[in-house]
This record gives sequence, C-alpha cells and structure tokens, in this order.
Amino acid sequence: MPAIDLAVGSVRELNAALHRLPADTNETYWAIANPMGRHSIAVGITVPVAIEIAGHVGYYCAGMNQRAEVVINGNAGVGVAENMMSGIVRVKGDASQSAGATACGGLLVIEGNAAARCGISMKGVDIVVRGSVGHMSAFMAQAGALVVLGDAGESLGDSLYEARLYVRGSVASLGSDCIEKVMTDHHKAKLRRKLEAAGMAGEVDVSEFRRYGSARQLYHFHVDNAGAY
Amino acid sequence: MCGIVGLFLKNPALEPDLGGLMAGMLAMMNDRGPDSAGFAVYRDGGTDALKFTVRGASARALADAMSALAQAAPGVSIALKGTHAVVSAHEGEERFLRAWIAERGALDLVGVGRSMEIFKEVGRPAEVATAFDLAGMAGSHGIGHTRMATESAVTTNGAHPFSTGVDQCLVHNGSLSNHFALRRKLVREGLSFETDNDSEVAAGYLTWRMNEGASLKQALEAGLRDLDGFFTFVVGTKSGFAVLRDPISCKPAVMAETDDYVAFGSEYRALTGLPGIERARVFEPEPAKVYAWERADARH
Repeated sequence: MPAIDLAVGSVRELNAALHRLPADTNETYWAIANPMGRHSIAVGITVPVAIEIAGHVGYYCAGMNQRAEVVINGNAGVGVAENMMSGIVRVKGDASQSAGATACGGLLVIEGNAAARCGISMKGVDIVVRGSVGHMSAFMAQAGALVVLGDAGESLGDSLYEARLYVRGSVASLGSDCIEKVMTDHHKAKLRRKLEAAGMAGEVDVSEFRRYGSARQLYHFHVDNAGAY
Repeated sequence: MCGIVGLFLKNPALEPDLGGLMAGMLAMMNDRGPDSAGFAVYRDGGTDALKFTVRGASARALADAMSALAQAAPGVSIALKGTHAVVSAHEGEERFLRAWIAERGALDLVGVGRSMEIFKEVGRPAEVATAFDLAGMAGSHGIGHTRMATESAVTTNGAHPFSTGVDQCLVHNGSLSNHFALRRKLVREGLSFETDNDSEVAAGYLTWRMNEGASLKQALEAGLRDLDGFFTFVVGTKSGFAVLRDPISCKPAVMAETDDYVAFGSEYRALTGLPGIERARVFEPEPAKVYAWERADARH
C-alpha cells in the first residue's frame, strides 16, 4: 500500500509512479497525504487502482482518469475530473468551477456543492452533485447525465446537445434551447440507478426531480438532414 | 492571470504574525504573477498621525529626498524601507507634504492612511516581500497582489494595490471594459488618477462612493451595476475587508474562515500556510455577492 506524502515528494513524481503501474498491479490502494491545494494530482491514470487524497486539492485533480477510483477528502479546485474517460472520482467537499468538463465517461460524485460551469461540454460522464451547482452548468453538454439534488444556477444547459439534466431543487433560469421534459418511469428508473451508483440510493425520492434536455432547435440536428453529415 | 491574497485577523493575538503569513501567501502566488508584487498592511501607529508611503526611483534617490524632507519639515518622522519610505506627520502638515512630494518628479505617493502602508515593486513576490521585510510587519489586516503583465509594461506604477483614498486600497484580478468612461465621470467628480490602469479606476470608484456616504459593502454593491468587465476585488479600509467577484466569475477565488481570521486567495495553495487551515471553513465566494467584514474594536 503506497503512502505518498506530498509535503515531501512532488506531484510529478507521484504521477510518474502512477503512470508506470501495469494493469495487473498489486499496488491497488494509494494514500496521498498533504495535497495542500497542489494542481494536477493523480491525473492521467489508466489502471484500476484506488486513490485516497487526504485534504483539499488544486486544479484538474484526477483529470483524464481511466478506470481508477479517486476519493478527495476535501474540496477540489477548478476542473476536477476534467476529460475523465472512465472510473469514479468522488469529492467529499465542494468543487470549484468546470467540474467534470468535457468528461467522456465514468462517474463524478460531488458530495458538497459545485460552482459555475459544472459539466461544461460533458460528453458521456455521469455527474451527481448532492448540493447545488452554479451558473452555466452543462453548457453545450453533449452526452451523459447531470444529477443535482439541490438547486441549479442561471442558464442551466445553455446550447445543450443530448445530455440529460435532472434537478431536484429550483433552477434559476434555463439557458438557450434548454427545456423541461416529461419525467417518465423510464427516466425515473435511470435516475435511480445513477443515484445508486453514486451511493445516494434512498436519500431522496426520484419523483422529486425534474428533467431538462435540449429543444433541438439550436444545433440543427434533424433526422431529415442526416444525409448531409 | 495574476494572483491576489488578503488576510483579515479577528484574533488580535495573531497580529504579530500578519506580515509573515502574508509573505507566505504572496510567495505561493508566484506562478500566477512573477513580474511584480505589492501589498498593503494595516497597522495602527497608536497615534493620530497620517502615514504617507512614498516611493523613489531607487533606494539612494529616495534616501537623498528624505534627507531634504527632514530639513524642510523637522516635525515629520521618516522610516526608510528600500525604495519606499513611510513618512508620519500630523494632519495639519498634509497639504504641505502632498505639495512637497508632488514638486519632486522622481517621487510617487503610493498611499496615505492612519493605518495603511503600501509597498510594491517589480520582481518575484518572495523577493519583493523580503526587500520590504514584510515578514517583520505586524498588523490587523492586509491585501496583496502578484502580477503577470499582459496588457501593459512591467512597471512599479502598474503594480497593485491601488489606493485612491485615505486608508483605502484595492487589488484586482481581471480587466474592466468601461474604465475610460468611468474615469471621465470620476474626474468630473473631483478625483485624480496617477496611472492609466483600469484597476486604479475601480479603486477611485469605491473611494467616490464611500465619500458620498456609502459603506464599503454598499460601495461594492453599487459597483456591480457600474463596473463592466471581469473582476475579483479584495478591498481594505481602516477597519474593513471585503471581497467581490463579477457575475460571470471567470477569475478564481477561494476563501477560508476560522474564529481567528478570514483569508482570501486566488487559489487554495495560497492559504495552506495559515494556522488551523485544516479545520477552516473553506469556500468559493459566490458570483456577484459582496462579502464584507468589519473590525468591531476599530478606533475611528
């Protein structure tokens, strides 16, 4: 069980060690102490290991993650789990802006609040936020789901593509081309599974959520035009 | 880019450590602003004297000018710190001192206050802090700035904090887009500006509002209507400390509060050296919301 103290070692050394791990490594649990807000901790991991970070982290923590499970016992700075491909990233505290930006897959759980632009340009990731999200969240979100147990700030889902947005609390305003859609049993079942995956099953009633999606007027995708692409 | 920091002590027992803590915060923001740095420290002199922070082109030139001042005005006391000097004088000498400084083209008046002293210089933040012995300064609160120059030359005049009123100063991360129009309006209202810098206009705006009777909090709330552009401000007054981010909030900001202090940093890294930070309430200030603190024990 490798234990890394970032008060002694550097982030560069830590990340290099993580990148050297073979897929069948026996070093499957890494404890990281004293992150002290440093940037780019545990980025670019490609193997299924568990990483637990004791404290607040800076920018881009667990960015580009593949298969690893990263737990941050604190707050995360800008762009946590940005461009994640797979795996799980869990923030026990709050996340700053652009959490899960452009992420293609995996699950990002934020147990506190997320600031502005949560899930901006997300491309397939599931993001579950126990608290609230700031303005311009899910801006140009293409695929995946953003689940918010609290409230959403202004211009939710502006210029949205095909991501699905579930919000339990209030929405300050919807962005361009984002509309409320009917919440069917099919969607409730999907939402229930996402909450289970995030470890929040039973905390809330899925029927308390409202669903938002693209009106599909802005990005001009129309099946009649499919031949033009 | 640029980095800004602020520290407002609630617990007077920490006051001897203010400068040391701020020096650590500034040094940590080196990567965000390696070109120049500056800071304001609020410390009561225990007298009613006004403190004039004066800057010379070099330590030598300043020392010569201060010798001349000591002869011209024997009543003032002068403390030299490198390229800066803090001149303490009675209120009645303010007009004379301002005129005397203005007559000497090579001297800049950086700020005036009963508590506030301002130091700023070109160079890496840690070097600037050392040059002025920031770590040796006690005080109740302070703000600081590290600059990565993008829009204008690396000069000391472009360094923050900017002060446009007695005991008032501001550091700014961002850029304003309506500062020319606002400057003209403020000049008509009787304010004057030392530089072409947009951040100085923001400082002048808040000074004007407070001169009109607004509190620091009210002045910043009015700023949300009148200032256009990107900004995260940290503002100090004799007894107050405030933070404001524009509604879009592209510029980063993080705050920490304990029973002992309120701290601001562009990044959490800047706060990691503060006592008890592990147990502090760490949060990101919300867009377009004024956060203001006032010292209860302040003497007015």
